[in-house]
Amino acid sequence: MLYFSKLKLVIIYSIIFFLFLFSLNNFINIKHNLLISKKVNLGLDLQGGSYLLLEVDSTPIIKEKLQNKLIALRKILKENSIKYKNLNVTKSKINFDFQNEDFDKFENIFFDKNSSLNLYFNQYSSYEMDILKNKNNLEISYSKFGLIEIKNSALENSLEIVRRRIDEVGTKDPTIARRGVDRILIELPGLDDPDRIKNLLGKTAKLTFRLVTDEESDFGSELVFFEDNKSQLRVSKRVLLSGDNLENARPSFSNLNNETVVSFTLDRVGAKKFGKITTNSVGKRLAIIIDNKIVSAPQIREPILGGNGQISGNFDIQSASDLSLLLRSGSLPAPLKIIEERTVGPDLGEDSIKAGAVSLLIGFILVILYMFYKYRFLGLVANTALIINLFLLLGILTILEATLTLPGIAGIILTVGMAVDANVLVFERIKEEMRTEKSMIHAFDMGYKNAQSAVIDANITTLISAVILFLLGSGPVKGFAVTLGIGIITTLFTVYFFARHLSSMYVLKNKN
Amino acid sequence: MKLDLLKNFNFVKYYKKLNILSIIFIIFSIFVLLFKGLNLGVDFKGGTLIEIRVESSSISIGEIRQSFLKMNLGDVKVKNFGRKNDYLVKVESLESSDSNFIKKTNTKLSSDLGIDVNFRRVENVGPKVSKELIKSGLLAITLSLLAMLIYIWIRFEWQFSFAAIIAIIHDVIITVGIFSFLSYEINLSIVAAVLTIVGYSMNDTVVIFDRIRENLKKYTKTPISDISNTSTNETLSRTLITSVTTLLALLSIYLFGGAILKGFSFAMIVGVIVGTYSSIFVATPILNYTNVSSKTVLKEEDDKVV
Repeated sequence: MLYFSKLKLVIIYSIIFFLFLFSLNNFINIKHNLLISKKVNLGLDLQGGSYLLLEVDSTPIIKEKLQNKLIALRKILKENSIKYKNLNVTKSKINFDFQNEDFDKFENIFFDKNSSLNLYFNQYSSYEMDILKNKNNLEISYSKFGLIEIKNSALENSLEIVRRRIDEVGTKDPTIARRGVDRILIELPGLDDPDRIKNLLGKTAKLTFRLVTDEESDFGSELVFFEDNKSQLRVSKRVLLSGDNLENARPSFSNLNNETVVSFTLDRVGAKKFGKITTNSVGKRLAIIIDNKIVSAPQIREPILGGNGQISGNFDIQSASDLSLLLRSGSLPAPLKIIEERTVGPDLGEDSIKAGAVSLLIGFILVILYMFYKYRFLGLVANTALIINLFLLLGILTILEATLTLPGIAGIILTVGMAVDANVLVFERIKEEMRTEKSMIHAFDMGYKNAQSAVIDANITTLISAVILFLLGSGPVKGFAVTLGIGIITTLFTVYFFARHLSSMYVLKNKN
Repeated sequence: MKLDLLKNFNFVKYYKKLNILSIIFIIFSIFVLLFKGLNLGVDFKGGTLIEIRVESSSISIGEIRQSFLKMNLGDVKVKNFGRKNDYLVKVESLESSDSNFIKKTNTKLSSDLGIDVNFRRVENVGPKVSKELIKSGLLAITLSLLAMLIYIWIRFEWQFSFAAIIAIIHDVIITVGIFSFLSYEINLSIVAAVLTIVGYSMNDTVVIFDRIRENLKKYTKTPISDISNTSTNETLSRTLITSVTTLLALLSIYLFGGAILKGFSFAMIVGVIVGTYSSIFVATPILNYTNVSSKTVLKEEDDKVV
C-alpha cells in the first residue's frame, strides 16, 4: 500500500494542482481565460433574491375550451337530428339530457377519429374527451390526455410570456424553468423589490376593446366594473379587438389633458379592424377592458385609421410603464398563482456569508488543533490532507459551477469534522498494527490495507444520505447535499492518495 | 495515552441497563410526539414567515405582535431571533393570493411602529406546497433508511442490517422526540439534519461492525459477547475522536453560524451524541441477542465465493 508508481503520482498531483487552480478562481478575478472563468455561484440565501414557484390555473382555460366546443356540439347534434335538452357547461363538464335510443348514434359520431369535435391523439392512442352516460343524461369532459395537452400548452405559453415580462424588467441572471405539468420556477438573484415582479406576473393582462351598449345585442351584454370596483357599465360581449393584435405599447404624456397615458400601435390586421370599428361607431363609447375591468371608456369622436391609439385612466408613470410592459409582452393564457415564495434581503445574505465564513474558520481551526494534539506528526499529515481536501472540494464545486448555499457551507464545515475520520480510522489501525509489528513500514502498510473496508463502508453510508437528499431536497438543502456528497469523494481521494503518499514518504525516510 | 485506560472496558455489563434506558427514552419520545406533537414551521404547515429587523431598541415584541394582530392574519407568533432587534414572525397568512400582501404588511407595520421596518427574509408557502414538502421529507427519510438497510445487508448479514436499522430508528425517534419536547421548530433543514444523522449513525455503527466481522473470522471459538466487547474497545478511540471532531465542527456552526443554522446544528449535535451512543449500546447488543457467530460471517464468505 505504500508504493506509488511514477505515473500514479503524476496523476494524483496534477489532479490536486488543477483543482487547486480552479478553487483559486473564486478569490481572484480572472476574466480573460475562458477555461477557468468558472466560479461557484452563491445561492439566493447568500446573495439575496427571490425564489417564486407559480402554478398555472388551467380551470378558466378548460371552461373556455368547453364553451367553444359547445357551438360545434350543437351543430353536430342538429345535423344528426339528435334531440337534446338542458345543454349547459359547468367548470369542467358539458351536460345535456337526451333520448336513450340516440346514444349509439352519438357515440359513433363522438368517437370518430376524424372528428374535429373530439380530437384523437395518436401519441397517446386516446381521445381528447370522455363521455359518461347516466340514464338520460350525458356528461362530456376532458380525458386525462386532453387535460395533459391543455396544461402543457398553457404552461409552455405561460413560460414564454413570463420570460418576456421578466426580461423586460431587466433583472440580472434570472432563472425561469418549468416544474412538472403546471408549475414555473423563477429565481431572481439580487432583486430588491420582488413585489413589482410579483405584480407583473399576477396579471393575465387580457386586453379587449368592446362597445358600451344600452340595449341587448345579438351577442349579449354584461355589466363590467371599472378598476375602482365601484362604478360599472353595460358592455357588449362581442370582442371587437384584443391584445393579440397589439404590436407595441409604451407610456407617454398626453398634452391634451395633461396626463400620463399608454400609447399603443396595432399590427396591420388590427389597424384595419380598428379603423372599421371606429368608422362604424362614431359617437359610441368604446370600453377598454383589461382582465375584466374597464380601464376607460372614451367616446369615439372620429375614425382612427392609423392603427395608433391611447389608453388613459389615472396612470402615473410607474403604472403606465408597467401596463405597457404587460401589453407588449402579451397576455397569459391563464392566471398564475404564487404557491411558494422565498425572499432573502441582501443584508441578511451578507450576514449569512460572514457567519458561514467565521464558523467555517473556527471549526477548521478547532479540528486542526485537536488532530495535532491527538496525533502530533500524523496529525500534521491529516491536517495537510484536510487543507488540500477543502481546496479540492472548492475546485470541484467551481468546475460544476455549483450553487453554494448557507446549508451548503454547513455541509463543508461538517465535511471538515468528518473528513478526518478516514485518517483517524487509518491511524488507529496503524497504532494497533504497531503493537504486533516490528517494522514500521509493514505497520503502515497493514494499517492502510486493513482500514480500507471500514473507511469505504463508513463513507458510502454518508454518501447514500447525501444522494437521497440531493434527489428529494429543494433549494438550499440541495446545496447541503452537494457539498456533503462531494466532500466525501474528495475525502476518500485525499486520504487514500494524498495522505497515504505523505505517510509513505515519511516512513520510507525513517526506516533506518 | 489516556484512552488506553479504557481499552478493556466491559461494555457488555451495561447492555441490559442501558437498553432499558433507551426503551424508556423511546417510549417517552413517542409519548411526547403523540401528545405534544411537533412544532412545524411554515415549510410544512404553510403560512408566512417574516424575519424583521427593527433599528430601534425602544420597540417591544408586544408592539410588533399587536400590530400584526390588528391586520387579521389569523394566528400570529412573534419571537426574538438571533440579535436583540431581530424578530421572527409567523402568520397563518390567509391572503397569500394577494401579490401585494408583503408590501402592505410592511407599510402597515412601519406606520404602526412609527419606524422603518426591514423585512430581511420572507418565506411564503402555500398549503399545497407544504403538503408536498411533508411528503417528500418523509419519503427521503424512509428511502434513506431502506437504502442503508439494503447496503448493510449486501455488505454484511441480515442480523447486522437489522441491528443497524434499529439503532438508526432509535436515533431518529429520540432526536425528533427532543425537538418535540423542547418545541423547537421542524423545517426543511431539520429534515436534512435527520438524514445526515442517519448517515452518521450508520457510519459509526459500520466501523464497529466491520471490526466484529473481522474478529469473528479471526477467533472462531470466542462467543459473540466477548467479540463485541473487544471490537468495541478496539474501535473506541476512533469512535470518540471522530465524534469529537464532528462535534467541534458542529459546535462552531451552532455558536457562530447565525440564527438560521441554529436548529440544524442543534439537531446534528443531538444526533451525533445519540448516534455514537447507539452504535455502542444499541446496534452491537442486538448482534448478541440475535446470536451472531463466526458461522454467520463465514457462511456469508461462502456465499460470496459462489
